[in-house]
Amino acid sequence: MPEQRLVLEKCGVVDPDDVDSYLERDGFRALEKARRAMTPEEVIAAVKASGLRGRGGAGFDCGRKWEVARRAEGEETFLICNADEGEVGTFKDRFILENDPFTLIEGIAIAGYAIGASRAYVYLRAEYHRLLGRLLGAIEQARDRGFLEDLDLKVCEGAGAYICGEESALLNSIEGRRGEARFRPPFPTESGLWGCPTIVHNVETLMNVPAIIARGPDWFAGFGTAQSKGTKVFSVSGDVARSGVYELPMGSRLRELVVDLCGAGSVKMVQLGGAGGSILPARLIDTPLSYETVLGSGGVTVFDESRGVIDIVHRDLEFFADESCGKCTPCREGTEAMLEMLGRLARGEGVERDLEALVDLSEVMMLSSLCGLGQAAAVPVRDSLLHFRKEYQDRIEKSLFLRSIQGARR
Amino acid sequence: MPSGSREELLSSLKRAQAEHDHLSREAMREISRSLDIPLGEVFGVASFYSFLSTRPRGRNAIRICRSVPCYLRKSEVVIETVAGEIGIGPGESTGDGRFSFDLVSCIGACDAAPAMLVNDDLHGDLTPRKIAQILKSYR
Repeated sequence: MPEQRLVLEKCGVVDPDDVDSYLERDGFRALEKARRAMTPEEVIAAVKASGLRGRGGAGFDCGRKWEVARRAEGEETFLICNADEGEVGTFKDRFILENDPFTLIEGIAIAGYAIGASRAYVYLRAEYHRLLGRLLGAIEQARDRGFLEDLDLKVCEGAGAYICGEESALLNSIEGRRGEARFRPPFPTESGLWGCPTIVHNVETLMNVPAIIARGPDWFAGFGTAQSKGTKVFSVSGDVARSGVYELPMGSRLRELVVDLCGAGSVKMVQLGGAGGSILPARLIDTPLSYETVLGSGGVTVFDESRGVIDIVHRDLEFFADESCGKCTPCREGTEAMLEMLGRLARGEGVERDLEALVDLSEVMMLSSLCGLGQAAAVPVRDSLLHFRKEYQDRIEKSLFLRSIQGARR
Repeated sequence: MPSGSREELLSSLKRAQAEHDHLSREAMREISRSLDIPLGEVFGVASFYSFLSTRPRGRNAIRICRSVPCYLRKSEVVIETVAGEIGIGPGESTGDGRFSFDLVSCIGACDAAPAMLVNDDLHGDLTPRKIAQILKSYR
């Protein structure tokens, strides 16, 4: 299946520094339509009917989120665009911010109108500071043309913390606190930024909104599968000939993305959705990409036959042990314990019972971690033990044999 | 209830760091006083974020990505080359105050792996030769 560009339609077409080039391509028409011809409730109904779900990884129904926030009681309602793209191997939002900040601003303005927000933030990761000027310039131009009359849109920059991509940690960071996850409930839709109802959406999610309003929910729902409407933007890297950003209809097969489009050869496995994403072995390469099956944040890392699974999973856990905010015990201690065991396995000092301990620990972390970080950290461990247990066992047997020889020599 | 001063903490810390290369105890004390936030909390926030430093750093911050996509494209060589060029290891700063050097999580440049940030500039598709040239341009 060829690429289907809905979200990236204007990337490479408009000049990201010139609002006029965006206006020439029907820019801000959807916002005008929403404001002039639709009530906020009608906008919410359209988004609900489109079936749009969150693109950051969790996949929550957007229309339902908006409905709850609109009805929630609070002094005011906040809208936040999460541009703290930190999942390993994910760079699609960077590509969007580089190429088409205007569609994002239009999506934010429409969402703000629908939920009744008068203040909105874009939370931009510090690693993307070089994109700040372009984003602020686009906001300024949109404001000058009167498209942000009812919305005070600000950019808040992060300071280098993966956990701040998690929505409750992100809220703490905007409030000027340590980026630690919050207990839920209450959910941000009821009590978020400074205790007010708050909607947090990924960049890509908001990019879908203008087209849904302009062309209608039925048009949008014509793409994808039963539970996954529209398209998904993927960023592919690793052992491929053509790494980059690609957009495909939901339900497209993993093979179409990594082999047909990106030119991967002798694939051993693919990790979907960053360091905490599912690991699929090559025999599952015809899996459709959707919420029903497997999707993640859109970061896709491809590994060829030359790669060792223990080495990769060990590196995944190095990432999580480093980035855990430390607030809850299962994640803070669990990631360290996993890192220690995987390190031993990788160095050839592992024993068989390490594998059982890893399985037990991954279950505990998935069940009891406070936020998605600790839950996700266990995923590559679980998946690799499910699909590549023999590789772990072979490594253990080989290292036992080597140790026995060394013992005999002594 | 939106409380103005608290929201300014992170940006105040960043401004102070930009002025003095790092967050000294005095700078944090000053921020604590002006925003009326306990010093312990100011330090708690300052020490949480990897782009903030409570210890003196070099004028130019080198951040090499050590996540998997860059690792697959030999980020180890990048780390070794940078260490060789400036004569220090990760987590250290050069004696002349020119560079500090850290290994960081994914910087979202996997399509240009292996990659690094020097201050706010992105440098991708790194080779030992390219690295030597890049470092020369930072004084």
